[in-house]
Amino acid sequence: MTAVTDTRKAGRWLYVASVGLLCAWVIIPLYFLLINTLSSPETVNSFPKPFIPEFDLGSLQFFAGFQGMLVALKNSVVVAVLTMIISISIGAPAGYALSRFDFRGKEVFRLLILLTRAFPLPLLALPLAVLFIRTGLDDTAVGLALVHTTLAIPFAVLITFSLFSGIPIELEEAAWTLGCTRFTAFTKVVLPLILPGIAASAIFAFVISWNEVFAAAVLTIENRTLPAFLLQTLAESPMHLKFAGGFILVVPALIFIFAVRKYLFAMWGIANR
Amino acid sequence: MNARLLPYLLILPVTLFLCVFFLYPFILVAQQAFSNGGEASLQNFRDVIGYWKFPISLRNTFLLAIIVVPIQLALSLLMATMVSKMKKGRDLVLYVWTIPLGISDLAAGIIWLAIFEQSGFLNSMLAGVGAVDAPVNFLSYQNTFIVFLAIMLAEIWRATAIMLVIIVAGIGLIPKEYYEAAEVFGASPWKRFVKITLPLLRPSLQTALILRVVLAFEVFAVVAALGGTLFPVLMGEIYSYQFDLQNGGNAAALALIVLGISLAFTLIILRALRVPKGATI
Amino acid sequence: MTMSTRIAAAASAITMIAAIPASAEVLFWSTQARPAEEAQAMRQEVLGGFEPGVDYQPNEDGPWLTRLQAEDQAGSGSIGVLGALHGNFSAIDPDKLVDLGDMGITASSETFNSLAKLGTDTAQYVPWMQASYIMAASRQALDYLPEGADIDALTYDQLIEWSANVHEATGEPKFGFPAGPKGLKHRFFEGYLYPSYTDGVVRTFASPEAVTAWEKFSELWEHTNPASTNFSFMQEQLLSGDAWIVFDHTSRLAQAFNERPDDFVAFPAPAGPAGRGFMPVLAGMAIPETAPDKDEARALVEYMMTPEAQIATLRATSFFPVIDVELPDDLPPAVKAAGDAVAKMSAAEDANPGLLPSGLGDRGGDFDRVFNDTFERIILAGQPIEAVLQDQKTALQRVMEETGAPCWAPDAPSEGACPVE
Repeated sequence: MTAVTDTRKAGRWLYVASVGLLCAWVIIPLYFLLINTLSSPETVNSFPKPFIPEFDLGSLQFFAGFQGMLVALKNSVVVAVLTMIISISIGAPAGYALSRFDFRGKEVFRLLILLTRAFPLPLLALPLAVLFIRTGLDDTAVGLALVHTTLAIPFAVLITFSLFSGIPIELEEAAWTLGCTRFTAFTKVVLPLILPGIAASAIFAFVISWNEVFAAAVLTIENRTLPAFLLQTLAESPMHLKFAGGFILVVPALIFIFAVRKYLFAMWGIANR
Repeated sequence: MNARLLPYLLILPVTLFLCVFFLYPFILVAQQAFSNGGEASLQNFRDVIGYWKFPISLRNTFLLAIIVVPIQLALSLLMATMVSKMKKGRDLVLYVWTIPLGISDLAAGIIWLAIFEQSGFLNSMLAGVGAVDAPVNFLSYQNTFIVFLAIMLAEIWRATAIMLVIIVAGIGLIPKEYYEAAEVFGASPWKRFVKITLPLLRPSLQTALILRVVLAFEVFAVVAALGGTLFPVLMGEIYSYQFDLQNGGNAAALALIVLGISLAFTLIILRALRVPKGATI
Repeated sequence: MTMSTRIAAAASAITMIAAIPASAEVLFWSTQARPAEEAQAMRQEVLGGFEPGVDYQPNEDGPWLTRLQAEDQAGSGSIGVLGALHGNFSAIDPDKLVDLGDMGITASSETFNSLAKLGTDTAQYVPWMQASYIMAASRQALDYLPEGADIDALTYDQLIEWSANVHEATGEPKFGFPAGPKGLKHRFFEGYLYPSYTDGVVRTFASPEAVTAWEKFSELWEHTNPASTNFSFMQEQLLSGDAWIVFDHTSRLAQAFNERPDDFVAFPAPAGPAGRGFMPVLAGMAIPETAPDKDEARALVEYMMTPEAQIATLRATSFFPVIDVELPDDLPPAVKAAGDAVAKMSAAEDANPGLLPSGLGDRGGDFDRVFNDTFERIILAGQPIEAVLQDQKTALQRVMEETGAPCWAPDAPSEGACPVE
């Protein structure tokens, strides 16, 4: 009996240790980023590096005084939210169709979706920019959001597809027999189930848009997004500003993920149906 | 509503959207790849394949994808199962594990370079515990294996979360009754994982793998930050054709080759992890 | 339901924010002054004085060019003034740039003015600012200078010896070379190593002297920090101490001197058997045919060429004026150090100044690639020098023949395309 509890205990301990280890694996590199962000330029270049931040706010202050930061931040949020809305509202129906119906051209459609992810955007930027300038979409948040949606679509479609596929069709059929229409069955039964999946693809859409630099640099002039404004010049900036700029870019994305994590994981117990 | 038309209606918005914002520019660019001075020709492909760095960058890209993706798959499955057993703190742990999602590859490159460079954090740590006397040069041309290892670690750190989120969302849909029943029959955790989780997770696995593999062939910024000139990858070569050499035809040709490779892998994964319609359980 | 109303409200708020009216500022679309601090200084210190206002946007070459091409193809645009290197402009069809010869603004260097014509009869861009590549070292390295060596008149042999001394003393190779993906290594080969050893670049590409040059460079490479393949801005490695003796663009060294002026010295590039080869960097301003307000754009170019703006630019970017101006005494340390080193280099008895590659059009990248590939194959892959040079020679020949570019200094002039001998 004690032997069993001992192995139980050991197993438990191993489990907790590995969870902790994996958390550390993710956080420690970010902690280094934080240290360098909060270090003076001299410390950033010193060796050996400190492992406790010295709370020098110089680098962050530099960006606080950077012209146009706030406007760019706002533009980024606008574009990312638009991307999220557009990609889910057109992507989720397609995901549902892929999971529930056999129709001619299904394979072609799936490959089309994937093509968009397998071809580098910077090559497409030129014809797109020409199109945008001609149609007046150039330099608007909506225009850029449309391009970012192209990048987010495969995630939206495929993730919702895999989740709809995970929900037995019998569940929907049962709802039909209970008097639901196809639509109400969907909204009342299926939608609540895949809300976490929607949240997952929303995260992807937001983050993809947030971090996209190239199209943003080409397609926005007055309405620059934060990465186009910051990130693309970051690689050539002095070390301490590189880190501070990187940090500034990371924080809003983290806040966003934190905000939607509830939707992503709160539905956990739903499978207990 | 007509059930035959419904699926087409559902995919119509995306299809229209992609026709305008993807297919139209894509076709324009692809045309470039097959023409040379206004004539139809395969010269661009010959140029690109004949370049001495092509086999090297092809090999590097493949090597990275083949080693990194399976590790990420295993790791994200492990993480997802761990989290599913968790009673306390599940939200927090999952949040921490998904953090790298929000970090752009450029920023990830900056962070990991700060770790591996000569006066970086890893050397500071090693020197701190007295493991080395002088800082070690990890990213040198004499030791391409360590360079590769560094790139691998950075990629695993950066891009595992993508698979994790998809798999976690998928696991959430597996009814708990199955596990409870299995437990009643005395199935070991490993057996439960192999007999219940894996088969029922197939749609999510498929999606996670496809997206990850496609992205793996586009890897660039992290590799450029850590590998410098030592570790050319296909994507870097595409950019160099497009912007350094301003040779749109060659860039488009190479991009089409990468696209072909990605599609081939996608088809393999689709076949291997076939998902039945409406997954009857 | 609340969820969807909330989303709808958010969406309408967003469209309202998104509809900000465009301002009448001149858009200055530049590939220069990209680092965050330089861009900020350009906006505040240099362009703040231009009345109608300027939207200064620095970009990497990729987006810079893509946007420019898109505006050209669409037939309308928002870019007012282009700021870029000579190499960027020579890749653009001169027809797409407004002729600026009638503005009457020229650089004090006739060479620059003729480069700015891009092969036409009149100026296609106005020379804006100039820089060069120099050497820099940590003061700690000075103790190991070979006996009898004058730091202001080093030879390549002395540089190798010096680096070897440092290597031996510290146990680490401390020469630093910008061989990273964004590093300007090709400029070292085109403007420094080749002219110094072969008194040419194109004609002498595969000459016996070139073989010697590469042998010498391999020797230097033995004392070069092997992480150099990751280095693109040598100021970083100077500051971190990963490299003690380095070669780079003056503005890519500036931060080291500005941050710790007492710790570093700048000095001329070394000399080889054929003299002290060096090369300028020239940036210019042009106006695309699609500019929305060409008069305003011209006004901005004129403003940038005033002595005040040129000096403000110098402070902001460490690029020197192209017109004759009296430099003030209170310049940043980096500017002083770089200015002195360049002056010594130009005034050296054995100076062998080269010109920027010209006439290559949009094949400038292919030209650079020949040198980068040669470096990667000989130095990194360890392939035999002569075989690599013979092989790369055909690639160089193809670029020269297809563009028909005539030779530039220090190569002897040619009729027609510059031959690879």
